[in-house]
Amino acid sequence: MAELKFIGGYPEYMRRLIDIVNQTRPRRKDYMPKSMTMEERQEVLKLHPDFAPGGKRPISLGPNKGDIAPNEVADLLEAYPLITGDEIDLSRPDFSVDLLIIGGGLAGTTAAIWTQDNGVPKENILLVNKLRHGDSNSMMAEGGTQAADREIDSPTRHYLDALGGGHFTNKPDVLRALVEDAPFIMEWLCKLGAMIDREKDGSFVEKSGGGTSRNRMHACRDYTGMEELRVIRDEFRSREIPYLEYFPVIEFLVDENRVTGAVLYNLETGEYKVIQAKATILATGGFGRLHIRGFPTTNHYGATADGVVIAYRAGAKLRDTDTVQYHPTGAAYPQQIIGLLLTEKLRSMGAQPVNIDGEAFVFPLEPRDVEMATFIRECYVREKGIITPTGMRGVWLDTPLIDVKNGEGTIERAFPGMLRMFKRFNIDMRKDPVLVFPTLHYQNGGVETDPWGKTNLEGLWVAGEVSGGVHGKNRLMGNSTLDCMVFGRRTGLSVAEHLKSNKKFGRLTLEHLKRYVGMLSEAGIKTERKAPILLPDYRGKAVLARRIDIF
Amino acid sequence: MPDKEKNIMDEIAEANKSAVAGIDEKDIEHWVTISILGRKYRVPAGLTIIQAMEFAGYRFIRSCGCRAGFCGACTTVYRIEGDYRLKTAMACQTRVEDGMYLTQIPFTPALRVDYDINKLQPNLEAMLQNYPEILKCLGCNTCTKACPQDIDVMEYIATGKRGDIAQMAELSFDCIQCGLCAIRCPAELAQYNYAQLARRLHGKYQNAIPEHLRKRLKELDEKKFDKDFEKLLSANLDELRKLYKERDLEGGD
Repeated sequence: MAELKFIGGYPEYMRRLIDIVNQTRPRRKDYMPKSMTMEERQEVLKLHPDFAPGGKRPISLGPNKGDIAPNEVADLLEAYPLITGDEIDLSRPDFSVDLLIIGGGLAGTTAAIWTQDNGVPKENILLVNKLRHGDSNSMMAEGGTQAADREIDSPTRHYLDALGGGHFTNKPDVLRALVEDAPFIMEWLCKLGAMIDREKDGSFVEKSGGGTSRNRMHACRDYTGMEELRVIRDEFRSREIPYLEYFPVIEFLVDENRVTGAVLYNLETGEYKVIQAKATILATGGFGRLHIRGFPTTNHYGATADGVVIAYRAGAKLRDTDTVQYHPTGAAYPQQIIGLLLTEKLRSMGAQPVNIDGEAFVFPLEPRDVEMATFIRECYVREKGIITPTGMRGVWLDTPLIDVKNGEGTIERAFPGMLRMFKRFNIDMRKDPVLVFPTLHYQNGGVETDPWGKTNLEGLWVAGEVSGGVHGKNRLMGNSTLDCMVFGRRTGLSVAEHLKSNKKFGRLTLEHLKRYVGMLSEAGIKTERKAPILLPDYRGKAVLARRIDIF
Repeated sequence: MPDKEKNIMDEIAEANKSAVAGIDEKDIEHWVTISILGRKYRVPAGLTIIQAMEFAGYRFIRSCGCRAGFCGACTTVYRIEGDYRLKTAMACQTRVEDGMYLTQIPFTPALRVDYDINKLQPNLEAMLQNYPEILKCLGCNTCTKACPQDIDVMEYIATGKRGDIAQMAELSFDCIQCGLCAIRCPAELAQYNYAQLARRLHGKYQNAIPEHLRKRLKELDEKKFDKDFEKLLSANLDELRKLYKERDLEGGD
């Protein structure tokens, strides 16, 4: 077959379709499709992977028995532990600490700093990471952080926006904590030295996001999470708080209803380590790499739901396991970057979703679930999508409109990361639209908490994406980085307080594993599956077919 | 009707397969030969270096992070057959080329100094007190050529040597801290760590906390919103739905 001819990064046939988008741009400049009614939203949501039939089942054992979860998640909950427990010597812990933090993204790193600030000596804290400290979805957050800090905005308005966005299923007291602490977190970031985008008069640049009724999205160009995390991590390192890398936790140690430590696994040598801890903060992030319903993902390499799996085995209660957040605008072309995030801020600043006929077919800032379902309808029901050379379908995101609406040079200033990513594949998003399709983005539910990150298990706190409740069944843009920092801080404060009156270590046991295996067989689950999976596997099929395990 | 929606989900999964489940050889039309750590592999053209290494059978522990160009984990040095020059790249953001000889650098043992940001000022002294070696820059521009983010590294080092913290912070902002500048620097500098210091100094001292934020913090301190919160928290679902529906949108219709 002849090679495809490329013009400006696109094959010829796509180039011709772009001409249509270019032609309709002048009349779309001042046209905005109406936002949908509640009824219209309900109708299109039938095409959302959460609501379309299949793909989910009831969890068959444990504290959330009967709750619905995606098959990929239920598979991990209905799987055997990596260890039986008998092979682990628990009599001589390798580390004894007041606080064990699992996961060094925004939430875990923030927690460490606030725990130390509140009287826990740094030597008594240990932060463990599956990959490097900072390898996390936080690092990849582009669009912004919400905080209601302007006169015409208020924390109660932020609350209402998030509650409606979450379909009124958010846990009220936890959500209140999120929005009330938000301005405080912005101040903390300023004091640490984060470079938050500013207007000429020194006030914050604040943009709208899907589902927000006021502009309250604070950004650091399109590297918001990266800037927040690298500043917080720099502070963490300057304080010399101990941390380990390439040491995932594979099980908790449990004394009846209390988490008393964890078993770590050295990913490179295969050696285990035992930690005993008076308190544990779980901040392991989300599950994008499970590729729910076969969707590509925006998530980092380690996002495999380990935290939920080990916490559930220890007896932690989950909530809102039935919904998954797909980001409407993942890259659909070129092949090399499929699934990568194109921030919602592109639409906040004027980029329009456009179909094959060059028509704007949807209000660009519907809540994420509605927006994504509309993209699916456009591609698979109305057949107005654009088909890529690898057979994927997508819709255009008309990025050149951003410069048309805001002046030339806006894209270069506001989206340097995105511009660079496409340039690497010879696409100039200032001149040409980019192709998008929904991508798996966020684990809405997780381990249930109270406003201080406490779980139903004694000694266990959770913060960030692994937690459930604050976003209900759908998270708004700009509330995840906020969630990490608000509840990272709150868990830190809560643990520091707890440690004042709880000075004893608990018994170190893995008895819960035997219990769990018993429950598996009681539930009639026959499987070879083991969890946590720690990392996804993308190796070529031909190699795997001839692989022998002898060394 | 429900069948239709399920079928659509299956269609989507099928269309996305190559991006989520590894690549199937039978779908490949064009191939290139690359050398990974000195051993040659035939891999599909058009993949990124990470995808190609996975296709060849490697499962990453190190040298793979966000897979999206943000984290600097997949630092790669390579040469193209017939060319003497060493090139640098992020493996997740670079397509394989025929004749590519590559290796990855999973860790950069560069010096990073601990400091108390509250005890520094945004000036030359802060830079030299922590990183006096910045003055050793030879001005050779190797760092800039090595940077996968196209940052003018040499220029920001020059601004740092002058104590222009604001400019150093601005110029270095897009840094992903992959360490390639430091690995290639003949003067043995750790540019990206100096830039981190500059950005924090700039963010903290050259940007005041905005007045509107101070005001809001004061209001929160005074519990100004407590009553409204009580109302919201005690409202029933219908009332909440109504309130949500009636919100006015900023700049909206």
